[in-house]
Amino acid sequence: MPRKDGRKAEEMREVKMEVGIIKNANGSAKVQIGKTIAFAAVYGPREMHPKHLQDNEKAVLTCTYMMAPFSTTERVRPGPSRRSQEISLVTRAALESVINLKDYPKTAIDLYIIITQANAGTRTAGINAASLALADAGIQMTDLITSIAGGKIGDEYVVDLTGDEEKTTACDLPIAYLPRSKKVTLLQLDGDLTKTDIKNILKLNIKACEKLYEIQVKALKNKWDGSSSKE
Amino acid sequence: MYINVQKRFIERLAKEQRRIDGRAFDEFRKIKIETDVVPQAEGSAMVTIGETQVMVGVKMDVGEPFPDTPDEGVLMSGAELHPMASPRFESGPPGPESIELARVVDRGIREAHAIDMKKLCIEEGEKIWMVMVDTHVINHQGNLIDATGLGAMAALLSAKMPKYEDGVVVFGEKTNKGLPVNHKVVPVTIARIGGHLMIDPSLEEEDVMDARITISTKDNGNITAMQKGLSAGLSVEEIEKAMEIAVKKGKELRKLF
Repeated sequence: MPRKDGRKAEEMREVKMEVGIIKNANGSAKVQIGKTIAFAAVYGPREMHPKHLQDNEKAVLTCTYMMAPFSTTERVRPGPSRRSQEISLVTRAALESVINLKDYPKTAIDLYIIITQANAGTRTAGINAASLALADAGIQMTDLITSIAGGKIGDEYVVDLTGDEEKTTACDLPIAYLPRSKKVTLLQLDGDLTKTDIKNILKLNIKACEKLYEIQVKALKNKWDGSSSKE
Repeated sequence: MYINVQKRFIERLAKEQRRIDGRAFDEFRKIKIETDVVPQAEGSAMVTIGETQVMVGVKMDVGEPFPDTPDEGVLMSGAELHPMASPRFESGPPGPESIELARVVDRGIREAHAIDMKKLCIEEGEKIWMVMVDTHVINHQGNLIDATGLGAMAALLSAKMPKYEDGVVVFGEKTNKGLPVNHKVVPVTIARIGGHLMIDPSLEEEDVMDARITISTKDNGNITAMQKGLSAGLSVEEIEKAMEIAVKKGKELRKLF
């Protein structure tokens, strides 16, 4: 079954990544995957407030994901929702293991992700942006973090579903993947799939993540070479 | 300090294929499921896994459907990590852990279409049954997700629809009609400690694990929800092994209903 937008099963939508777009932040990035747009900003390492939450041995990473009220067809109620709180939790877990938190004791690294336009894959776009923002902030990391979701439409396994495609299928399998250590740091599924389905979707997702890694590296080099076309 | 000593001990045991309470890696603690523990609720269950205990209640009411599913009932889930259950819990609105607990269990049931939502429609676009599944943790000794998942399923299976007359729900009067439950869904949570995968982590083991994965399965062995927890990464082989374990253990757990 061909995809409505003419993409191949293993083909992502167009991906654009830009680094250093929020001047006040220590690190920032914007990631656009198809119609989904995510901004991420990192503040820190900076003093942790309130002080009793400080960790004497390492930095504390905080993560806040939110969707702008105007990001979807129906307005999103501002403020944290149960969904956004869960996404903040799993995003933080997806990122934390690559950051050398012990290099920055007693500090906070505050990460903010805002989805300004949503067309499926918002948590994954947010993680890609967060990865770039952390690197842009110069925070010591052992790897970048890439993220994409896959699923099954009819009998075909596909990667990077659009909002329309998500409506026609009942499954969604997002992952976050560390391309150097080949580890999965985020894995969720809603759907009704066999083990074989999941293995196949994982394979597709990982392939896409490897491509995202290349795009991330390029975006970072662009900024630090000073040759970004946006400047 | 004590935690560090215990942590190293549990990790060392794992390398020798042992656990602090003597269980095998693929062995649950003793599980007990009692239903109808709260007769005034439409459905209820008390689940005991080792020293962990949770109570799940199902309440029902009639309400309006969501605009995008005008002919379907609604499932809602919540979980209360009350300070009564552990010195680690604090009062206040639900935190991320409590939200994750309720949402992971909810997702398994919802995605399996375990409840036939279309049968919960009373009048399309106007009136539908709302099924509210709420969990109260009574004592926290680890693996709240599996306890809550078993409790939610047991409570849904035991639930009886309330009486509905002249467009009004008569609370306190139950009919003999059960909920339209098609599938039995159970989550299995697997912890990684010292590079080894083991099911049903106790609280002591949860303090040591560096990654966790919960996998919900239904009767035919299909997987309907997954959630990885904590920050350490898992390899694809570990994920595949976890799926095998969850499918096998899920089959055993379903016999408890």
